[in-house]
Amino acid sequence: MLSAAVSILFDGLAYAMILFIIAVGLSITMGLMNFVNLAHGVFAMAGGYATVTMIRAWEVPFLAALPIAFVLVGAASVVFERLLYAPLYRRSELDQVLMTIGFVFMAIAAFTYFWGPNPLGIEVPRYLKGQVDLGFREFPTYRLFMIAVGFGMILALWLVFERTLLGARIRAAVDNRRMAQSLGIDVGRLFTLTFAVGSGLAAVGGGLAVELIGLRPTFAIQYLVHFLIVVAVGGLGSIRGAFLAALLLGIIDTAGKYVWPAGGGFFIYAITVVALLIKPEGLYGKRD
Amino acid sequence: MASAIDPAAAVPRLGRARWHWAEALPWLALAAVPFVFPGYLALGCQVIVMILFALSLDLILGYAGIITLGHAALFGTGAYAAGMLSAHLGWNEPITGLLVAGAAAAAVGFVSGWFLLRYHGLALLMLTLATAILLQELANTLAPYTGGYDGLLGIAIDPIFGRFANDLFRQNYYVYGLIVLLAAFLIARRVVASPFGQSLVGIRENVKRMHAIGAPVHGRLVAIYTIAAAMAGVAGGLFAQIHAFVTLQVMGFQLSGAVLIVVILGGAGRLYGAFIGAAIYVILEDQLAKLSPEFWEFGVGLVLVATVLFARRGLLGIAEDLTARLRRRTP
Repeated sequence: MLSAAVSILFDGLAYAMILFIIAVGLSITMGLMNFVNLAHGVFAMAGGYATVTMIRAWEVPFLAALPIAFVLVGAASVVFERLLYAPLYRRSELDQVLMTIGFVFMAIAAFTYFWGPNPLGIEVPRYLKGQVDLGFREFPTYRLFMIAVGFGMILALWLVFERTLLGARIRAAVDNRRMAQSLGIDVGRLFTLTFAVGSGLAAVGGGLAVELIGLRPTFAIQYLVHFLIVVAVGGLGSIRGAFLAALLLGIIDTAGKYVWPAGGGFFIYAITVVALLIKPEGLYGKRD
Repeated sequence: MASAIDPAAAVPRLGRARWHWAEALPWLALAAVPFVFPGYLALGCQVIVMILFALSLDLILGYAGIITLGHAALFGTGAYAAGMLSAHLGWNEPITGLLVAGAAAAAVGFVSGWFLLRYHGLALLMLTLATAILLQELANTLAPYTGGYDGLLGIAIDPIFGRFANDLFRQNYYVYGLIVLLAAFLIARRVVASPFGQSLVGIRENVKRMHAIGAPVHGRLVAIYTIAAAMAGVAGGLFAQIHAFVTLQVMGFQLSGAVLIVVILGGAGRLYGAFIGAAIYVILEDQLAKLSPEFWEFGVGLVLVATVLFARRGLLGIAEDLTARLRRRTP
């Protein structure tokens, strides 16, 4: 029983890290521009496919493939941001929802066309395989690695956000865009930058997720709801909120599927509905 | 604020309940299908179900301005209600089956709308999305009753009025669907042309002002949501009766997305937008998916992106702009 609880916590934590890495960029960009972006999963998926292709076709080492995916997808996302997102900043939520749904459909079709509809996997390096003995019991190495990467990223993001001028500007713009603009902060450029970094992070999350949850062209829609739940329940633009929500979602979802395999997916949506009914602005969101 | 819904569209066109001659065109077209394309009535049935479903979304999206990502939940509720009524209770009479489907969906719409319609923006989007998935997971969990992942089998609907059976070519069901659609359309048209319908447009355009003049905003939204839910449920029930088979996809996000696309493509807030959007969507899907499913999916996405970026008011909006320009040129 205790052993099962430890397993659930551990696996839940690993999934939570993926959710956090992928969703944190979405949370900040949505907090900055109030842009309803349903296409964020596309960048995570692109990162997954970029990683798989690099490893399979060019034999790039796994640990090198992830940063390359970050740069590639981050750079590509700027093109889409300028072409598709920028014209819709001042438009209604409905327009943003529709455009991004359309973008998701196009992406799924394009990835199916080039990579086929079947799930793809990768061979992780030998040093990430097997189990590691942590004294009281053994844990899968890959998941430990993912949790370590996740905590490393949280630390890095926290430092950037709390300790640099850039982070202060982003926080100011999330809090009050108009005031930040009148103080001379170029919120548009800030948004493009955070969009690129957020998409790059999603790509890394996608690359990490391949081994854990698999990769197929419907990834962008399948897990979209989980990313959105992290953002909405955590509160727009809040790193702390996104982390807490990812943790809750990862652990509850894992526990639900463990306790009740047939209907375990149910809990997470029930809890989401209740959480949003009580706090529609999210755990750490600002009230408008 | 610019929007995919044209603020001017709803008010003058159907503001008066008087009929315009052009309103006969879509009905004549639908009535002509059995004579012109007798081999395509199965596809025609799909178009009719989609029109009815899109019509229900247009009521809440186009008129009341409620954005939902979970409209398929109501369609699915109707489909499962009609299907389970026949498969488990042996109640095979089609018309009462549709009424039960509508009532079940209306009940779900009323309860969920009562809770959800106090919210707006991202919270409302997420709540509608999560509620729909919740219901889908519930249907999956209740597999002994719904058939779960394998689908609901054993639906055997009696002939309509004891005479018109569901034949292979769907001749009778096409006529049946068309009559149901006409009845639902007349109700929808009456609703949007009424003072109640006008107050919905007011809520869509400026909810603060509607509060200020004392309109019961929440009550009106719940009312239209319940009406639309009933209509979506009837569409779902019709779907279940036609195909005699229901799967979890009837509650899926893909269907919620598809019906949104249909309404936007045709033009929201016009009622007839649903007709054009549904016809184009279903026929193109049928034709293009034969070539390649990816081709179709990419095309849908592209059309949606292009509609939002360049033709915000949908196809009917473009048609209106063109006729307006022609009229100005020939005085």
